[in-house]
Amino acid sequence: MTASLWYALIGAGLVTLGLHSLTLTPHVLRKVIALNIMGNGVFLMLISLARRLPDATNPAPDPVPQAMVLTGVVVAISSTALALALLRRYYEASGRTHLPEDDALWGIEEEPPGRFAVMPDGEDDDDH
Amino acid sequence: MTTDHLLPALPVIPLFGALLAVIVPLNALWVVLLLVTFGILGSLISLFAVLVSKGPIRSSLGGWGVPLGIDLYVDGTGMMLLAMTAGLMIAITFYSHAYFGHGRRARRFWPLFLLVWASLNNLFVTGDIFNMYVTLELLGLLSVGLIALAGTPAAYAAALRYLLAALCGSLFYLLGVAMVYSNSGNLDWMVLRFHLVSGPSAYIALGLITAGLMLKSAVFPLHFWLPPAHANAPAPVSALLSALMIKASFYIALRMWLWVFPGSIPTETAGPLFGVLGAVAIIYGSLQALRQHRLKLMIAYSTVAQLGYLFVFFALSMRPEGMEQALQAVVFFAVSHAFAKAALFMASGAVIRSYGHDWIDGLQGSAERLPAVMFAFGIAGVSIMGLPPSGGFVGKYLLMNTAVEQGQWFWAVVPALGGLLAAAYIFRVINIAMKAGRAAPLARPVGSGLIWPAWGLAIIAVLLGLLALRPLEIIAIGSPVFEAGLLPPGGAP
Repeated sequence: MTASLWYALIGAGLVTLGLHSLTLTPHVLRKVIALNIMGNGVFLMLISLARRLPDATNPAPDPVPQAMVLTGVVVAISSTALALALLRRYYEASGRTHLPEDDALWGIEEEPPGRFAVMPDGEDDDDH
Repeated sequence: MTTDHLLPALPVIPLFGALLAVIVPLNALWVVLLLVTFGILGSLISLFAVLVSKGPIRSSLGGWGVPLGIDLYVDGTGMMLLAMTAGLMIAITFYSHAYFGHGRRARRFWPLFLLVWASLNNLFVTGDIFNMYVTLELLGLLSVGLIALAGTPAAYAAALRYLLAALCGSLFYLLGVAMVYSNSGNLDWMVLRFHLVSGPSAYIALGLITAGLMLKSAVFPLHFWLPPAHANAPAPVSALLSALMIKASFYIALRMWLWVFPGSIPTETAGPLFGVLGAVAIIYGSLQALRQHRLKLMIAYSTVAQLGYLFVFFALSMRPEGMEQALQAVVFFAVSHAFAKAALFMASGAVIRSYGHDWIDGLQGSAERLPAVMFAFGIAGVSIMGLPPSGGFVGKYLLMNTAVEQGQWFWAVVPALGGLLAAAYIFRVINIAMKAGRAAPLARPVGSGLIWPAWGLAIIAVLLGLLALRPLEIIAIGSPVFEAGLLPPGGAP
């Protein structure tokens, strides 16, 4: 087994783990983390491809997959930031950390927001 | 100015516009919007002239060439979709101005709006499938921001759900792109068909790409995120999402299935799978639309159904003998759906603005109170139902024609049934609106700014059917489906 195949297999494992968690855990924060793990699996596979591609005459690793991973990392960071900001807003507005259908699916009744929860003050920012 | 400048101008102009929209005061924003609109229209018209006289246009960004740089490319299909984007964006600009006014949400809306335009233009001119991934992610993040503009808990939940689904879909797509690259060492969709080697990795790549794109374009079993997201967003955003964003991932799927993979995978064997999914989507989406009590949810489910048509087209376009007509039909149908659906959401926005709600049962007598709005709704409905002479009719007619010519008559049954169901849900609203007697009073009068963009789009959707020949010719320009053997200039594969 070559090193690149090993990396690719680990990458595939991470994608599977992430997908499992993304679909089966109700907490949105865990879903966001699961997406990041999935993303890392994909990046690992891309890097393993970079090692494999070059032919014998040109032993340097292929730069294209590395450029792809760099772009992917930037996208992953920004989307994670957006997801976290949105989750905070959702929590502030509704006091929940699960999406409604997940609770219905698993029959969970989410605990009411704790005493540190910031509840909405009903202010409509539309007309400022 | 040469085409080397014109192609990058399409994404770059709205990108700069978006940056300006962050700093320019709201009452001077119209200057930016005007400049962007005229810049894009000017580039589109010049590109169109070149496309018609010389065929598909290709340009290398910064002169880097394919393996390292990204090539931009426009053929008839891309041109048609660019024109569709421009037409809808202009109408939505006017509508959003009337909808958001100078409130705080307007500040946040305009930069996102212009970025959407930049991303869509970029998607339709890019020749690189990894660049397509980047625009897909951009469009996903922008949609999330736009949905969350509504500011209600339901909208936040819808935005989060969409974000999770979109990110998951894009990761699948990215993994597929990685497999394509490892298989072929190339990322350029025009030449990939000559580089891809048939084998397990090509199948896995196509599977991953298709799964990701189906999640992103809400094809039947993966449509769960669409209705809440499209129904809870502000009306201009709903129009944007349902008319344009959905087409983005569909466009990539089209390029993949008709341009990239046919050389290495017998794609026609997968046709029936898409056909069945599309057929189920048409029936399921239409029935769900019939069951809804909220106007916007009804229109959103109608989008699920209309996406089904696009995938029934897919089933037909896989076969070599029907490919030409099916490609023309699918792009044409997508364009006319975009105009009609945007008009429907705009009309529903005007209804919500004036009534303060969108419960269908509460719209009794609205044809009397809001005749102009309901007229736009009805005209757009004509195209959704597929009645002649609308664009929707021509699209469905081409589809049925292709199905019968290929001897696959059963694919012609579902669109006919879907048309009936669409008539049922559109007429249900019209019927309630026409009911005489105790018309509910309006909460607010509705300004003309919310009405005439909807009119404009609805009328275009109908006129498209009368003027269908020219657009159909344009779609066909430079398509490798017609000239199998298209090579990049100066480089044999």
